[in-house]
Amino acid sequence: MSGAPQVALPRWIDVGLLPVINLVQALLVAGLVVLIIGVNPVDAMRIMAWGVVQDSVSISYTLYYATDFIFTGLAVAVAFHAGLFNIGGEGQAYIAGLGCTLAMLALDAYLPGFLLIPIALVAAIVFGAGWALVPAYLQAYRGSHIVITTIMFNFIAASLMVYVGSDLLRPPGEMVPSSREFAPAANLPHMHDVLNWLGFDMPSTPLNLSIIWAAICCIFVWVFIWRTRWGYAIRAVGLSPKAAIYAGISPQRVIMIAMCLSGALASGVAFNEIIGYHHHMLLDFVAGAGFTGIAVALMGRNHPVGIVLSAILFGALYQGGAELAFEIPTVNRDMIVAMQGLVIMFSGALAYMNRPWIARLYAMLDRRAVLAEAA
Amino acid sequence: MAKEQVGIARSPPAETPPAAIELRGIDKSFGAVRANRNVDLAIAKGSIHGIIGENGAGKSTLMSILYGFYTADAGEILINGRTVRIHGSHDAIAAGIGMVHQHFMLVEPFTVLENVMLGAEGGALLAAGVAKARTELARLARDYGINVNPDAHIADLPVGEQQRVEILKALYRHCDILILDEPTGVLTPQETDQLFHILRALNARGVTIVLITHKLREILAITDTVSVMRQGAMVATLPTRQATREQLAELMVGRKVKLELDKTAAEPGEVRLSVRHLSVIDGKGVPRVDDVSFDLRSGEIVGIAGVSGNGQSELLEALSGIRLISGGEIHLGDRVISTGAPCDPASAREHGLAHVPEDRLRLGVVTAFPAWESCVLGYHEDAAYNGRVLMDREAMTNACGKLMERFDVRPRDPDLKCGNLSGGNQQKLILAREIDRQPKVLLVGQPTRGVDIGAIEFIHRQLIALRDAGCAILLVSVELDEVMSLSDRILVMFQGRIVGEVDGEEAEERTLGLMMANAHGQADEAA
Amino acid sequence: MEDLWLQIVSILSATLRMATPLVFCAMAGMFSERSGTIDIGLEGKMLAAAFAAACVAVVTGSAWIALLGAIIVGILMALLHGVACITYRGNQVVSGVAINIMAAGLTVVLGNAWFARGGQTPDLAPDARFMPLRFPGAADASSIPIVGPLYGNVVSGHSLLVYVAFLAVPLAWWVLYRTRFGLRLRAVGEDPKVVDTAGISVTWLRYRAVIIAGTLCGFAGTYLAIAQNAGFSPNMTAGRGFIALAAMVFGKWRPWPAMFACLLFGLLDAVAIRLQGVRFPGVGEVPVEMIQASPYILTVVLLAGFVGRAMAPHALGHPYVKER
Repeated sequence: MSGAPQVALPRWIDVGLLPVINLVQALLVAGLVVLIIGVNPVDAMRIMAWGVVQDSVSISYTLYYATDFIFTGLAVAVAFHAGLFNIGGEGQAYIAGLGCTLAMLALDAYLPGFLLIPIALVAAIVFGAGWALVPAYLQAYRGSHIVITTIMFNFIAASLMVYVGSDLLRPPGEMVPSSREFAPAANLPHMHDVLNWLGFDMPSTPLNLSIIWAAICCIFVWVFIWRTRWGYAIRAVGLSPKAAIYAGISPQRVIMIAMCLSGALASGVAFNEIIGYHHHMLLDFVAGAGFTGIAVALMGRNHPVGIVLSAILFGALYQGGAELAFEIPTVNRDMIVAMQGLVIMFSGALAYMNRPWIARLYAMLDRRAVLAEAA
Repeated sequence: MAKEQVGIARSPPAETPPAAIELRGIDKSFGAVRANRNVDLAIAKGSIHGIIGENGAGKSTLMSILYGFYTADAGEILINGRTVRIHGSHDAIAAGIGMVHQHFMLVEPFTVLENVMLGAEGGALLAAGVAKARTELARLARDYGINVNPDAHIADLPVGEQQRVEILKALYRHCDILILDEPTGVLTPQETDQLFHILRALNARGVTIVLITHKLREILAITDTVSVMRQGAMVATLPTRQATREQLAELMVGRKVKLELDKTAAEPGEVRLSVRHLSVIDGKGVPRVDDVSFDLRSGEIVGIAGVSGNGQSELLEALSGIRLISGGEIHLGDRVISTGAPCDPASAREHGLAHVPEDRLRLGVVTAFPAWESCVLGYHEDAAYNGRVLMDREAMTNACGKLMERFDVRPRDPDLKCGNLSGGNQQKLILAREIDRQPKVLLVGQPTRGVDIGAIEFIHRQLIALRDAGCAILLVSVELDEVMSLSDRILVMFQGRIVGEVDGEEAEERTLGLMMANAHGQADEAA
Repeated sequence: MEDLWLQIVSILSATLRMATPLVFCAMAGMFSERSGTIDIGLEGKMLAAAFAAACVAVVTGSAWIALLGAIIVGILMALLHGVACITYRGNQVVSGVAINIMAAGLTVVLGNAWFARGGQTPDLAPDARFMPLRFPGAADASSIPIVGPLYGNVVSGHSLLVYVAFLAVPLAWWVLYRTRFGLRLRAVGEDPKVVDTAGISVTWLRYRAVIIAGTLCGFAGTYLAIAQNAGFSPNMTAGRGFIALAAMVFGKWRPWPAMFACLLFGLLDAVAIRLQGVRFPGVGEVPVEMIQASPYILTVVLLAGFVGRAMAPHALGHPYVKER
């Protein structure tokens, strides 16, 4: 994604140390902001950390948030591998919510849960992928820049959902735009249900079986990108479009495939939120997860393992941030949004800032190590 | 004109005037590569000084240091006897150095005037400078015979004229030292003569000229003194009249080289590729390939000669399926390709066509891929590399290892990133990949551009061996020497057309040169 | 007839007001992108500047100092973009996204901490704002048919910043095509290497371009927060930065066409407000959401249909690296 010349460094520095340094820098700046508004950053940090690890409920919440971010992080990463910047995860997840809602509203009176849930999942995927395919088509065949079109599609999706929620699906007597509750049969089992059934005692939390689907998606993305010829084609187009054409790969088709997959992955948010937790359609259920996905993918170096780790980190920030806003009202929950921006800045745009001095430091230490061995 | 013996990089004795340029102990490394090793060089004022060396010998790096594009790790630069520090191009320009770059430094959508003025506008507002620039350009045209329409857009000018704009830029900044980096690569022999004419005129008015080239012929034709570089070091400086072709070649390579290639007569067989009235029109509506017809038979190498930019690249792209054709037909084996039945690179490969592309770095490999992944580029759907769903990583790595061994790719490590291979080794890897399938037809573009001499010999021998094995080879190269020594037949392209055909044995540089400029042609009304 | 004319006049007047922040941002984007630096952070810079303007206006009570504060914040954000994209050669789209998200988060966090109104700033008194200017004779002229309302409501009656925005367009044109800086700026966006070998600093040139962009975003934010509105509210830019970006692309990175695109989007915005609840023959009532989404839909249609990618500055998005 950049033309900066690079010196070869050991893998652990590139995929381990550098992202951690980027994160620390982002945290330091965030700490500075907290300091500016008159709160002790160390206290804030302690409240946040405790807010995450205090009990099984807080950990469950963390994982529940992380589930969303795994989906959107994967969505951004897959597009990235094809050289595309999909800023539209937000809108794709949102429209996917419409898809599964429509499926549920149409069928929940007739079908049992084990049929309903897969159908709703497929509907979410179809809607999410479909919403991504329009900008993909415009990029591939009309040359309109996908960054701008996906941004526009986020706004269009937001307007569309307000219209659908308030004018078409709103149950009589309901004030806020939403749909009716789905039949109880349509509810995806929660993690505490499963654990209780297995004999473990766990209080009720929103964490649900979507996290298993997220794990499956991670494995699928890894295999697809690095072990199949389609993934090969996607990476070839992303790294060198001309070489891909030379190799007989159609960049247009790759754009369509990658964006379709990207939208399908983003639809996981709808699965987690609507089918897994809320059981009815509501406005703004994506709540910025699409943008968080950009930070997650950048920090996770577009690799499923990295994405899982950074998704959990952001889940912790969400959970801890909520706790912090509760304990210290001067700190608004939007602090998490600012954090995301900082992470995107440091681990994305400023990713090359630390490399030179780390490389110099490493070269120095390496030479010393060699000398020490020789002596 | 200064014709005194310069000797091997010594400061001139006190009584002679100081050298126009003197470099002392210049050293420059890029990572592990030492591009310049302790280079000493003195260029006499008012001389035409040639610097010759293979690709990658460090000539361009040295001149880039002189022009302030890079900073040397060590060493000293003296201009007219005074030490100068050159941190950027502005320092070089201030010191009176002008440079004509290999890839012209011109803003394409701008006019000639805007390009000449850029960086020497003569005030914060353009209006005042424009009038001055016009008068100055008129004067330069009068004095040196360099005529270019100041209001023409660069993109509309032929390369020869673009180069003149580069020279005008330098003169407009009152340079008294003009460096030309490989100036003839894009010119016909006749245009080269015109350039040399201009250079002599400049030299007669006291401009010191430094000519960087890898072509012996040019050194012998125009320079007073010649310096030879090899592997980053300056190995000799001697008066040109004392130098011979063989001697310079030996100095460049560091051993005796054979300038001729062993090659038996071709035994052409069946027609493998037949092109009929092919035309290609680009996105801007400009015809790039215009009514081209020829046959390519098994067991022969057909070379396409021409100044770069006359449709050779587009022809290769059309034949390989990268570019859509706009008219005519291509018969590839039993497959007929026309506008109604277009071809893509994948199906061309299926019909036994292999392609070594001109732009090696951008087309031939994915530089960020490891060698084993680039090694299957274009063949990644092949059954040998694929299971039902997953790709067979082991098969790919093994295949890559074998190819690296057969074609002597160094280092022999399939996991190495392609970008970390040298140009010659990348080219060998690509050639290996394309030849490995025993193609019926091989398209080769610029097979030895940016490749060291050792690899050039190897690649040439491979191509001839492939021909002898019955492959039909179409060769495009801007190196006339290469086309002449490899080809059994030579087609000359000019402005998208084939303007002549010459037998490889009888080809002569002069006649080819005239054909490349279409001197006999009637199509060239513009001239 | 008279009534219809008054309607049209009022729509034209609203169009100018709606287009003003777009014009500032489109010119900002044009300077940045003509130098080769993609600027999708217009939204964030404008939002941060709007917040700064509102805060400074609350504290000092002076619209002019507020403008200065907004410009400083706009420039600081632009410099951050510059450090990431020019100095560290980072991905320019990623940097822009980061700026947008950072601005969205920080404005609310700081606003909430300082004013405790959920991110909003307190309402401003008129003398802390840029209020509409009444031109001489505007009131008397309204009695003159046709021309009167036009003079009174379209020519006169806007905040000073509206006039500044539309003066910025010829100024931008002049800078771009008639000055040394403009020549170099256009050159560096096409081919930075040429500029470098001409002895001009690519880095400094590009920094100046993003600083100009930051300044103009400062004007846009000031207009939103203390001219059009009487204070800052969270996410008050509402996608205008992106619409301005689209207008700039639609205008092919040239000042006048970009301005006309801004006016078109401004008109759409002005009409949308008036079309709410209006029944169209045959169509019926158009949903409000449809009208609200129309600038975005139109942008997509325009991008898909009429604007190719051929017109973008050649070096746009490519950091300058001296290669070997």
